[in-house]
Amino acid sequence: MWDYSDKVMDHFRNPRNVGVIPDPDGVGEVGSLACGDALKLTFKLDANGRIADAKFQTFGCASAIASSSALTEMIKGMTLDAAAKVTNQEIADYLGGLPEQKMHCSVMGREALEAAIENHRTGGRAKRILEGKVVCHCFGVTEEEIERVVRENRLTTVEQVTNYCKAGGGCGKCKPDIEAIIARVRLELEKRTASAAAALRPKLTNLQRIKLIEETLEREIRPALRKDGGDIELIDVSGSSVQVALRGMCTHCQSAKVTLKDVVEARLREYVEAGIVVEEAPE
Amino acid sequence: MRTVYLDNNATTQPAPAVIEAMLPFFREHWGNPSSMHAFGGRVKKYVETARAQVAALIGAEPAEILFTSGGTESDNMAIRGAVEAFGGRAHVITSRVEHPAVLEPCRWLAGQGHALTEIDVDSEGQLNLAQLRGALGEGRCVASIMWANNETGVVFPIDEIAAMVKASGGVLHTDAVQAAGKLPIDVRRTPVDMLSLSGHKLHAPKGVGAVYIRKGAKVLPLMLGGHQEGGKRGGTENVPYIVGLGKACELALGRLAGEASATAALRDRLEAGLLRTCPDARVNGDRANRLPNTTNISFQYIEGESILYHLSDAGICASSGSACTSGSLEPSHVIRAMGVPFTAAHGSIRFSLSRYNTDGDIDHVLATLPGIVEKLRRMSPFVRAPAGGR
Repeated sequence: MWDYSDKVMDHFRNPRNVGVIPDPDGVGEVGSLACGDALKLTFKLDANGRIADAKFQTFGCASAIASSSALTEMIKGMTLDAAAKVTNQEIADYLGGLPEQKMHCSVMGREALEAAIENHRTGGRAKRILEGKVVCHCFGVTEEEIERVVRENRLTTVEQVTNYCKAGGGCGKCKPDIEAIIARVRLELEKRTASAAAALRPKLTNLQRIKLIEETLEREIRPALRKDGGDIELIDVSGSSVQVALRGMCTHCQSAKVTLKDVVEARLREYVEAGIVVEEAPE
Repeated sequence: MRTVYLDNNATTQPAPAVIEAMLPFFREHWGNPSSMHAFGGRVKKYVETARAQVAALIGAEPAEILFTSGGTESDNMAIRGAVEAFGGRAHVITSRVEHPAVLEPCRWLAGQGHALTEIDVDSEGQLNLAQLRGALGEGRCVASIMWANNETGVVFPIDEIAAMVKASGGVLHTDAVQAAGKLPIDVRRTPVDMLSLSGHKLHAPKGVGAVYIRKGAKVLPLMLGGHQEGGKRGGTENVPYIVGLGKACELALGRLAGEASATAALRDRLEAGLLRTCPDARVNGDRANRLPNTTNISFQYIEGESILYHLSDAGICASSGSACTSGSLEPSHVIRAMGVPFTAAHGSIRFSLSRYNTDGDIDHVLATLPGIVEKLRRMSPFVRAPAGGR
């Protein structure tokens, strides 16, 4: 059995606000029978533009039902601007947390809410339609959606992305694409934090720098590589130039080489020094 | 609260007589059967008694039975051992609906350079025999085709399959983990070369199983480093569990016919009752060729995990082929291989009975499940017009 919180089980056993509001001010539908879960959210506004009532219908597992029920409770009384800011993590937190593999249930809640608000504001289609480049064809997940769950939840692995939005959970062919998206988003996030952090950090001696680089590799880089049977070795540090070499399975892996420079460099810039340049040591 | 256990294809309650038979081998007869002293050596005869009991269940010679840790090891040993003994590149043939303990070793072998053919099933879950015949025409093979399916209970025409594989000169393994103890098995009549069975599916404890290897069939061992089991499976014998498995097989053989019909009667009452009281329900699998204890029913437009959790709240234990319960995001590979429509795939529930179920158990499910189905349907966005009115 899943390790569901008492609150998840309570909302599953006694779901609040089940149904459809007649003549609603907003309707949002996400998911499908094929995907294994689906949610239809309707809401009605009061005279002040706050959500007076919200109801849901859900096809899905216990945590999908609980997430939908929680969402309707959370947004009642909110203005649409406030509701639009509800994140999937807030839905999960409201329930006392969700198992990692079930986080997509909270994302489904957030997506239905967005679709319903969009439907109210523009009169646009209540049913979420796929826009942009579809990355995962099994579950119909777009590049933009993947970028968003990675960014908002600070995800680092394909497995996490699958848990949050299902992408990669079918045939698995899109996993390299998801990996590239993760690398890109993390790079962008890290550039932002790195430049902020670098300004605060004192200048390092070379010994401090080497120690910090080794610690950062151990903590941030190696666990992911080792999962695939690879490793990374620090070869030399000369000023801000850092030489590393890939070991084990990673030596033959093209995607490792591509991400090596970007990802390793970003982490080292974030945790060690802003000016670091990473190079692969000559064989 | 009353517990109604209808998940016997997952595991079974160890029979009290099995537990009793095992206890002396923890308390008194704990010696090593390989020892050169009477204290250990006398244990050996109990291992051999168990071997004869297992052999009797399937019509084998005792020498053709090896004890293992369970179904997964038996499957791995038979398939990988036979392919290794094959020498050179083998053609491995299996079905799309095998247990992962068969499918994964077969796919691993494909990754090692062997050829692999996975035979389809039809919408009833029955094997495509024409496709199998075609695959057998491609030269000698190692085939692994299950006797009965764990999710749907569908029984394959194993006699016919064995005859086909034998005629082609191939080697045949069958995963009989779900069939053993529920259906009559006689390897003298059904010429399989290897057969797997598992203790905890037939009222012995978990962690013990056996593999039948026909005399003369070539299988290389997976476990090296022991002379036990004729050098085919090293490791000091798990004596209490082996004794328990033997006792469980003896019990199963003794009550096979009576138990099958009694269990089937309860299963049929459950199935008919649910189909009558729950609209939009369908049985998955070939009802004419099925284990006596299994029914797999899809409740359309609702999802399996939600059904199971509500059943669990009512003390009822079952399982599901839905995505959420399979630990992946897609419904079970068996349900998908059968082409069960999406409206039904996620809402499939398996009930698997045993000798310990009663009419009262079935009554409890029939009194409980229709309400759960209705509650979840009322919540489902895919149910437009209420069925039966509310």
